[in-house]
Amino acid sequence: MTSKLSRRAFLKGSLTAAGSVAATTSIARAATSMAHTKKEPLVTLLDISKCIGCEECVYACQEVNANKYPEPQKPFPKMVPDRVPVQDWSDKRDVTDRLTPYNWLFIQHASATVNGEEIELTIPRRCMHCDNPPCVKLCPWGSAKQEENGLSRIDPDICLGGSKCKKVCPWDIPERQTGVGLYLDILPAFAGNGVMYKCDRCYNRLEKGEVPACIEACPEDVQTIGPKSEILEKAHALAKEMNGYIYGEHENGGTNTIYVSPVPFEQLNQSIEKGKGKPHLNTVKNMMADGTNLAKAMLIAPLAGVVAAFGKFYLSSKEDK
Amino acid sequence: MKTTGKLRRYIYVLTLFFITLSGFGQMPIFKRYYIADIPGLGWLAQFYVTHIIHYAAASVLIALVLYILFDFIFNGSGLNRITGSGYLKIVILAGLIVSGGLMVFKNLPGVYYGHTTIIVLDLVHLSLCMMLLCVSLYTLIWEKKWVN
Repeated sequence: MTSKLSRRAFLKGSLTAAGSVAATTSIARAATSMAHTKKEPLVTLLDISKCIGCEECVYACQEVNANKYPEPQKPFPKMVPDRVPVQDWSDKRDVTDRLTPYNWLFIQHASATVNGEEIELTIPRRCMHCDNPPCVKLCPWGSAKQEENGLSRIDPDICLGGSKCKKVCPWDIPERQTGVGLYLDILPAFAGNGVMYKCDRCYNRLEKGEVPACIEACPEDVQTIGPKSEILEKAHALAKEMNGYIYGEHENGGTNTIYVSPVPFEQLNQSIEKGKGKPHLNTVKNMMADGTNLAKAMLIAPLAGVVAAFGKFYLSSKEDK
Repeated sequence: MKTTGKLRRYIYVLTLFFITLSGFGQMPIFKRYYIADIPGLGWLAQFYVTHIIHYAAASVLIALVLYILFDFIFNGSGLNRITGSGYLKIVILAGLIVSGGLMVFKNLPGVYYGHTTIIVLDLVHLSLCMMLLCVSLYTLIWEKKWVN
């Protein structure tokens, strides 16, 4: 613990000053570009090669979003049936090594071999903010929504905590806290189980023209935010420059979070610790694609009905003649 | 003619069964209440499966409704033949198709609806479904027909 703290203090002291000038410039640039591009989604680019795992982003996220964190009522209502799990993180608010309702961003550690040399990589992980987010589109109650700037977020005043968003998320990102939210006012024993929480990409800061806290706090300028076309161009240029790899551009049909790494993501995925609250780095197919294709095919359905009726009418009139 | 009528009825009942089941499957209730644990019903807890089944059943229902409507028009059958419960079911079905269509549109990439719009659509769709089930049950028990 001591060594971790001293490492943090060292990194903070030596790098914040160096990074602040560059960071301020990029933040101003991002804010300016955000003001001019309302229609195009905003995308964050994470250059993994720059991340030093100092967790400044994690603490900034916690500090800025503390007012959004759940304050559950205890004791929790008895759940019917008993199999419904109570998920309580309110006494473990300090956990930073995974996603929880009180920690929407964490650092994943990976080791990899590059040019025969063993290197350690750290990867900030949070919601990917998908282009067509299943958490939003498949929420049965409308508590999740996507904004035109590409972020998706869950409204804690509406969410019932059914956890469907987590089950349909390819990375299992949202985390539940029991004992809070609307379900307490409806049928707490029989329906719902709290509220789901995840990164909302600091929507309230973006509304004010500010960048998300994790981006602002990073002493290494790991993250950049900007219009999608601009960020994708940057990501490809960066990947070309470092002979690296991109993650998030095509995953789940496209996301608004792009990682660039000097190491293949398959290799990183094998190395990182995965499991509850610790998302993978696998290739992800477009989970909404079948639904989207079927929706387009649905347009033919009325036409098919009319044609069939006309066909029947035509045949019967022919028979009558 | 009678065979067509019977076939239409079977398709309608089967579609209504699957669309209702997969519709309720959009809510995380089947796993919670052990229904998905019944052998053969595990798919009810798989949200992407129920999503696809709901869309597929909706396509069949829309095609069937349009087929019957235009068949009615082409045959020159008078609107006065439609019974009261028939009219009620037609209005409910129209409401279900419109609200469902708006939700399908919402699920397309790049379409943004606000919380209120989604909640209103969800509640309207669910309420209309419950109404259709109740009216259908009433017409089944009391042997009320769509047309005289």
